[in-house]
Amino acid sequence: MSTFEPTLLARINKPDSQSLETYRRDGGYEGFKKALGMAPVDVINQVKDSGLRGRGGAGFPTGLKWTFLPKDHPGPIYLAINADESEPATFNNRILMEQDPHQVLEGIAISCYAIKSKKAYIYLRYEYGRSYRALKKAIEECYAAGLFGQNIHGTGFDLDVVLHRGAAAYICGEETGLIESLEGKRAWPRIKPPFPAIEGLFRKPTIVNNIETMACVKQILDRGADWFKSMGVPPDPSNPRDAGSYGPKLYCISGHVNKPGCVELPMGITARQLIDEHGGGVWKGRNAKAVVPGGISMGFLSASELDTPLDFNGPGKVGCLGLGTAAITVIDDHTSMVDVLFNCARFFAHESCGQCTPCREGTAWMHKILARIRMGEGQSRDLDLLNEVASSMGIIPGTTICGLSDGAAWPIKNAIKKFRSEFEEYIQTGRKTVKPSDALMEVH
Amino acid sequence: MPTVIVNNKPVEIGPSEKLNCIQAAERAGDTIPSYCWHHDLSVVASCRMCLVEVGEKKPDGTIAMQPKLSPGCQTPVKDGTVIVSNSEKVLAAQKATLEYLLLNHPLDCPVCDQAGECGLQDYSYKYGRGYSRLQEPKNIKPDKDYIGDQITLFTDRCIMCTRCVRFTREISGTAEMQVISRGTHEEIDIFPGEPCNNKLAGNVVDLCPVGALCSKDFLYQQRVWWLKSKNSVCPGCSTGCSITVDQNEDVLYRLKPRENPQAQGSFMCDEGRFGWKYAQSDRRLTSPEQRTGGQTVSRDWDVVLSSLSTTLADLSDRKPGTFVVTISPWATVEEAYLLAKFAKDVNPNARLALGPVRTVGEDDLYPKDIHGKPSLPTRFTIRAEKCPNRRGVEAVLNHFREEVIPFTTVLHEVENGSVETLFVLGGDPEGWIGDADAAKLDKLKLLIVQDLLASAASSKAHFVLPGAAWAEKDGTFVNHNGLAQAIHRGLRGPEGSRPDGRILFELAGRSGLFHAASLRQEIASQIPELAALSVGDLGEFGVSLTSAAKTEPQPVG
Ligand SMILES: Cc1cc2nc3c(=O)[nH]c(=O)nc-3n(C[C@H](O)[C@H](O)[C@H](O)COP(=O)(O)O)c2cc1C
Ligand code: SF4
Ligand code: SF4
Ligand code: SF4
Ligand code: FES
Repeated sequence: MSTFEPTLLARINKPDSQSLETYRRDGGYEGFKKALGMAPVDVINQVKDSGLRGRGGAGFPTGLKWTFLPKDHPGPIYLAINADESEPATFNNRILMEQDPHQVLEGIAISCYAIKSKKAYIYLRYEYGRSYRALKKAIEECYAAGLFGQNIHGTGFDLDVVLHRGAAAYICGEETGLIESLEGKRAWPRIKPPFPAIEGLFRKPTIVNNIETMACVKQILDRGADWFKSMGVPPDPSNPRDAGSYGPKLYCISGHVNKPGCVELPMGITARQLIDEHGGGVWKGRNAKAVVPGGISMGFLSASELDTPLDFNGPGKVGCLGLGTAAITVIDDHTSMVDVLFNCARFFAHESCGQCTPCREGTAWMHKILARIRMGEGQSRDLDLLNEVASSMGIIPGTTICGLSDGAAWPIKNAIKKFRSEFEEYIQTGRKTVKPSDALMEVH
Repeated sequence: MPTVIVNNKPVEIGPSEKLNCIQAAERAGDTIPSYCWHHDLSVVASCRMCLVEVGEKKPDGTIAMQPKLSPGCQTPVKDGTVIVSNSEKVLAAQKATLEYLLLNHPLDCPVCDQAGECGLQDYSYKYGRGYSRLQEPKNIKPDKDYIGDQITLFTDRCIMCTRCVRFTREISGTAEMQVISRGTHEEIDIFPGEPCNNKLAGNVVDLCPVGALCSKDFLYQQRVWWLKSKNSVCPGCSTGCSITVDQNEDVLYRLKPRENPQAQGSFMCDEGRFGWKYAQSDRRLTSPEQRTGGQTVSRDWDVVLSSLSTTLADLSDRKPGTFVVTISPWATVEEAYLLAKFAKDVNPNARLALGPVRTVGEDDLYPKDIHGKPSLPTRFTIRAEKCPNRRGVEAVLNHFREEVIPFTTVLHEVENGSVETLFVLGGDPEGWIGDADAAKLDKLKLLIVQDLLASAASSKAHFVLPGAAWAEKDGTFVNHNGLAQAIHRGLRGPEGSRPDGRILFELAGRSGLFHAASLRQEIASQIPELAALSVGDLGEFGVSLTSAAKTEPQPVG
């Protein structure tokens, strides 16, 4: 472990890390130059060979996604970069954009070349003012240096990069919600098919990728597919759908730890290692009761599951939805899971876009039930009801349009399964962690 | 033929037919409940009422079902598609969706206009659970009576199917309606200061599957279960929208569009929807009269009609060309035929004219773009020609008359004294004659007015025959496109008035009773242009004169 050298975060906190000048001094845009000398299909193949899977949450193999674009399409083809980073406790994209925007932009340029796109849109969440300023300046530098624009390096390749600020909603991170929002509409996720690769932004073929995915693409072009594959976890033979989890990953650590932050490590590290070796241990000398493995929509690891490897396959084995954004949130043993779950439910009820009946009404109902439990008016059958409502929504059962509702359901299902006795005790002792009036205020 | 298997029943579909699971199931006689889907609007698949299990029958006969539920509205079928809409899993999903839709629903059915024809009531009864498990307070949302001049919104009854929003974006193109807020706090609203007053606005009330959007005109007027419906055709313009006439105890309460792909499609315009109030106004003629020198001779139908018939028979001695019959394009084919034939029978020299064809502006095409200009493809047209049956009346006149006489010529001839007797069959609710033109009629020796509403002409007529509004009679209208559709007598007119066909039938001294279907057969045998009417019963959707004309020999001359 001690020999691991960060690559994605290598330039973070270096003086003037955002400037094109220092970026070039560190070998920046050599990968892009290399790509321009290759056939686009070879760039795609290199990304495929690396085993890179998307860092936005779903972990879809990046090279494979790119091949879903229609062959010999006359264009335009768009690359839409998902910089909405709206999953709670996730901030790896922000660090890349704020500290090393050119690494991200180089990945974008390489990806556009590979998929024959002349236009990339970066969809940035509104709250990220610093990222906005850093990216804006970096994009201007690229235009001035002839890295973006017409006929780049005399190769005939044209590229425009547009930076777009959203208006702040979780659902704008869902790829088709993002596309709708980019088109100037309400971010209501689209029904699929057609998938964006066939019909996306402005009804044209579109690839949606995450910021960290772009940084990985840049590193793969620089260092090769084998380098990327030398790290991480190979496919799990007992799971035919697992494509392996290779490469470095940015893990965010937050919650009840002594040293929150973002660290780069090979995929497959465990939550315990993250807490103890990188997060300075649980704060105040306490123990972890639960850990969110990768954004709250993934559910919870219980204290006995902290040795689960945080790769794309691991969290699923202990009943979590997946790795998600690899942002762990540590919950110490002084914290009520009822309060935690209430907070989750409030988030999803607030963020449900409201299209699908099960998600619109289900998330709000779960929020109300948890508010009632916190008012001391819970009954044990409420737990079964919560579980039933949670199980009725999502793209996994097929009852909703997008994955927000799976994410809304998972913490509920995990918490009731893994912490049921705590909920029962809470209900039976008629405990109240909140004055009834406050609980109601939180619902309405 | 491609075959789809619905709940174990094989059902064939056309080779190039594009159907979703809901439509395929309907073919098999099964209902997949749905709210947001409407075949004339884009698919959003958001209400999740139509969830089904879908699979595929492989050539080797094995069936592979998908593990997830799928929205039936969004899932196209093809040969071998397997649909299951009655499994435990599907029933549980339907129950869950309904429970969610009812969570915050006020359940104020006793005072809701939609009760009795409500998608929530019907599906809850069929697929829902009998009670709610919600223990917390329901959301409360403010009612909005400002949605449109004719439209009000009971916001908390809304199930967020967005049909109304999509209608204003996709069909009218005017886009007044939108969704505001998010999640469970979502509400339908208009863009501030842009009420939904487009000429197609009333359709959003019909599209609303629940009692959220209501028509102010109909609000609290009737419980729908008292209403009796008859199929009819809107008389508002030459589009000839298929509609239903809803009445109770001879009071007309509302018109609703009736889907007819051959006519207008699924919708109707507000001019037609709300434009029928004249039919129940006190401007109606309600007393048959024979008058001489300002004196009323009789108000008895039998006396008036027999006296009129004798009077007209005596005209045969007069100078040829002095007897003119004007038939308005509001008359039915049957009325035009009865009157034209009668006139020619009593007086072979009678001349026939088409009454004034009222046109207003130009055809009004939808959807509109943001500048108010029509954009393609056209989804609805309100026609400039405001009469329902010019083509039908013309077909009859073409058969009987030797020369074309426009109404202006008739008036001119009246003025210069060459016309002595004028029989006008009216019907235009806006009136067909103004005071200035009516003054010219003073020259006539004999004026007969058969009409719906009192006019400057009826007040000076020697014979006044109070006719019926379209909703009060049986007959045929031929629309702009040559589609002949049946109108049906849905209610009785005011006492003293009579359906025009019956008046003319009796005047002509025909034996038996007026019966539209038999008359159509007679007309078809006489008038080649109307041969398609030989079916007698025109069915729900009407018959096209033009497509029949292709197979029938063309009339000579
Ligand atoms: C509710 C919801 C929110 C999401 N938010 C984000 C986000 O903020 N950022 C992101 O990159 N992906 C997000 N995703 C995943 C995207 O839909 C998409 O899979 C991803 O951007 C693809 O990029 P990748 O292949 O590079 O991972 C979200 C998905 C859902 C269902
Ligand atoms: S699942 Fe929820 S967030 Fe996603 S489209 Fe449906 S209502 Fe919107
Ligand atoms: S008002 Fe009616 S039509 Fe409009 S979204 Fe609500 S339920 Fe649907
Ligand atoms: S378009 Fe014409 S026929 Fe149709 S409803 Fe309007 S007025 Fe009536
Ligand atoms: S009818 Fe299919 S989801 Fe609404």
